Amino acid sequence: MAKLSANKVNLFYGDNHALKDVTLKMDANTVTAFIGPSGCGKSTFLRLFNRMNDLIPHVRIEGDIVVDGEDIYSKEVSVDLLRKNIGMVFQKPNPFPKSIFENVAYGMRVNGIRDKHYINERVETSLKQASLWTEVKDKLKKSAFELSGGQQQRLCIARALAIEPSVVLMDEPTSALDPLATHKIEELVFNLKADYTIVIVTHNMQQAARVSDKTAFFYLGELIEYDDTNNIFTKPREITTQNYITGRFG
Amino acid sequence: MDKAHKIIRQKKVSQGIAFSIFGIITSIVVLILCGILYFIFVRGWPAMSWKFLTSMPTNGMTDGGIYPAIIGTFCLIGGSMLFAFPIGVLSGIYLNEYLLDGKLKSFINMMTNNLAGVPSIVFGLFGMALFVNKLKFGDSILAGSLTLGLLALPVIIRTTEEALKSVDDAYRIASLALGASKLQTVRKVVLPIAFPNILTGLILSVGRVSGETAPILFTVAAYFLPRLPHSIYDQVMALPYHLYVICTSGTDIVASRKMAYGTALVLILIVLISNILAGIVRSYFTRKNKI
Amino acid sequence: MRRLRKIIEKIVEGVLAMSAAITSITVLLIIIFLFDEGLSIFSKKPVDDDTVIAVNSSNPVSKLTGLQIKDIFDQKITNWKQIGGKNDSIKLFRLDEAGTTFTEQQMGSNFERLAICVDSYVVRTPGVLLYFSSKYIPKDFHGKRIEIANITPYSFLMGKQWFPTAQPVAQLGVLPLILGTLWVTLGAILFALPFGLATAIFMAEIANHKVRNYLKPVVELLAGIPSVVYGFFGLIVIVPAVQKIFNLPVGESGLAGSIVLGIMALPTIITISEDALRTTPRALKEASLALGASHWQTIRRVIVPYASSGITAAIILGIGRAIGETMAVLMVTGNAAVIPHSYFEPLRTIPATIAAELGEAAYGGLHFKALFALGCILFIMTFIINLIFEFIAKKKKY
Ligand SMILES: Nc1ncnc2c1ncn2[C@@H]1O[C@H](COP(=O)(O)OP(=O)(O)O)[C@@H](O)[C@H]1O
Ligand SMILES: [Mg+2]
Repeated sequence: MAKLSANKVNLFYGDNHALKDVTLKMDANTVTAFIGPSGCGKSTFLRLFNRMNDLIPHVRIEGDIVVDGEDIYSKEVSVDLLRKNIGMVFQKPNPFPKSIFENVAYGMRVNGIRDKHYINERVETSLKQASLWTEVKDKLKKSAFELSGGQQQRLCIARALAIEPSVVLMDEPTSALDPLATHKIEELVFNLKADYTIVIVTHNMQQAARVSDKTAFFYLGELIEYDDTNNIFTKPREITTQNYITGRFG
Repeated sequence: MDKAHKIIRQKKVSQGIAFSIFGIITSIVVLILCGILYFIFVRGWPAMSWKFLTSMPTNGMTDGGIYPAIIGTFCLIGGSMLFAFPIGVLSGIYLNEYLLDGKLKSFINMMTNNLAGVPSIVFGLFGMALFVNKLKFGDSILAGSLTLGLLALPVIIRTTEEALKSVDDAYRIASLALGASKLQTVRKVVLPIAFPNILTGLILSVGRVSGETAPILFTVAAYFLPRLPHSIYDQVMALPYHLYVICTSGTDIVASRKMAYGTALVLILIVLISNILAGIVRSYFTRKNKI
Repeated sequence: MRRLRKIIEKIVEGVLAMSAAITSITVLLIIIFLFDEGLSIFSKKPVDDDTVIAVNSSNPVSKLTGLQIKDIFDQKITNWKQIGGKNDSIKLFRLDEAGTTFTEQQMGSNFERLAICVDSYVVRTPGVLLYFSSKYIPKDFHGKRIEIANITPYSFLMGKQWFPTAQPVAQLGVLPLILGTLWVTLGAILFALPFGLATAIFMAEIANHKVRNYLKPVVELLAGIPSVVYGFFGLIVIVPAVQKIFNLPVGESGLAGSIVLGIMALPTIITISEDALRTTPRALKEASLALGASHWQTIRRVIVPYASSGITAAIILGIGRAIGETMAVLMVTGNAAVIPHSYFEPLRTIPATIAAELGEAAYGGLHFKALFALGCILFIMTFIINLIFEFIAKKKKY
């Protein structure tokens, strides 16, 4: 069974038809990349899976979004629990105005975990998973803003991992970072695959080619093509896809 | 799983409690604030009449009207704006369009902010020392207007600056690229766009100035002067001071209560009207600009 | 033509620059005028200039402070021994005493010989303390004039009594007024802060667009209502209510003042805190929600901490407004110049004192100068508060 799936999803921002009949299935422990020119609906689609679009007024959603076999837009589903299970990393590093430690511990605290030992342990593990531990272990009490941009983004990844999600959604996580920091994050994504299902939005095609198993190409709100990353980049079926990856537009 | 649901429920409950508390407190605040308005309206309305607005106070200010105080307040509004508006707008233009970020700008900004924070009674002392005594204007419309004008200056500078800041730089660049000089750019391009917001600021500061009491206590306000001013060197009665007088030190405080309610209502109406007017100006120009 | 235009541009720029300089000049002028008049109080004596205070020439006492003179008049000091003189009781001699000591014949029908009488009385009475108008002191006076100490900054700031027109010596202690100001301000903020902050949070985060669009103009309108109107409302509604609820002899009190000032500070605190709360980046809120936090947890743990410096700035500005507020406080606090002991008693603030007394103070006199000195204190207080405000408002988040 697919870990994440969308079935005939349409989304409207008021009159703006932002997603058109999108159907897509993603398996557990894979990395899926969303590519496409900006404004084509990648972020919108990604944010469906943790119901982040709920926050925007005048949004209308049609179709089914299913996570672990459960329709996450049904009434019985608790949004808080869903979001605990589905971590998210944003375009720009956005640590809280708190210490490094408190940033990572935040998710546990808001989910009612009070056990100090457990929290300490999780913070350390998550920072290690995000390969940040050695750099920050001596300054956990320092403000998160003292870190560099790349470190901040890895902190945000650690923050997302700390509450043990099974899925991590990443919306252009490296677009604000320099090549070296980007490389570190890509490495990280590769290592995390064993334990998590990862969806990564990018408009950097080399990045998609490097880190993902599968790639979905979006154009003007439609899912044009979805296949193994290899196939997408070597023998795309659709002409639009081909134009895009050969750099004819976007 | 069960524990997770318990936590979710706890979160929901505490959010519900917190939001209700905030809602209740907000309602209380709104109730207090609207209560004040309602109180003055209900008690002041019966006092309102044509006679009240257009006749002199009589019987030791327990009867008659507040005509000279209204005229006095309008003189002070006019005088202070005549002084503060041009200077405020000009300095706003200088600060935003001409002066580059740097020490001088932050110094002037600091001074302007400090002037904005000076208590109104200190303006009163200063106006008395400089305008009334040093420059020998005496207790006069001139002295009072200048004092009030200085008080209003920081507000007008700030709103002008804000208005100019909200003008897109693209307009400036386009104008300069067409060979217009800086002055032409400011006059023909930037100012017209910023004008509605500047006007809004002016109208709001009129409301502010009309109610100030402390600055006019010792520079212009007359306790009782049932005639209209002849020149800018005359004293006048003014609405806020009149209200203060008849509810604390009039000849018969209880008998003049009705007058007091009426005066308070007139003061509120001036503020209300200036706020509404500012709103109309703002929305009129936003609509016009959209087309 | 080109040249002319350039010249015009330069002139316009000059005019603009001059306008921009006016606020700075005003601040400087305020400082000069206020402090020139206010500080000159420290070169004055607390007695009228035309009053002569003198003793018998054999009396070793040559200096007295204002307080000592007051105590002698109040008969708290009755013997020269108490103030460093010989063991001899103090015989106060004023115009009143002259009328009972000398006959009309001795003084002359138009008091033309009063000066001589006074002189001889001082010479023949070793324990005398003369307090007399200089008009009746002869040129060749045989007594010893007493030097009265100038008013010192310490006695001014720390003095506990404010009776600026008291006889024989003015009591110019501003401590009660400073404390009164601080008390009322503190009370106002304690009242306005929770209410204002809660309302700001409600408006910024909880209320929907429609509700907010109604609330915003109401708050703006209330920020514009003149302070005399608030004072009037306080006088008619809050003062009697306070009196009734707490069963007080008079309703005019620190509490009434705090409530009225608190209400007046609400719009400032609400507006600035709401703006600060709104500056929280959406990404930060989303990050919190994406971790499973509820909206309330996000407000409490992310939005409020992020806006904390803006909220602090709002409080500081509210304090500044409250300290300088004049009319409303004047109308509802009862204006008793005593060191405040409880919120249920009348008290008096610096601005209210200036507003109430400046009209009666003789131009250039001691009382007049003392009120300007009060103005200086007020100016310094608000100046410092403004600097703190600027510092906090400018402080970077990162
Ligand atoms: N909050 C929003 N409100 C209204 N329209 C939005 C919003 N976010 C995105 N859109 C619109 O939806 C479309 C898809 O946007 P997005 O999903 O952000 O694209 P991408 O991430 O691929 O660049 C765009 O046309 C955009 O204008
Ligand atoms: Mg996007």
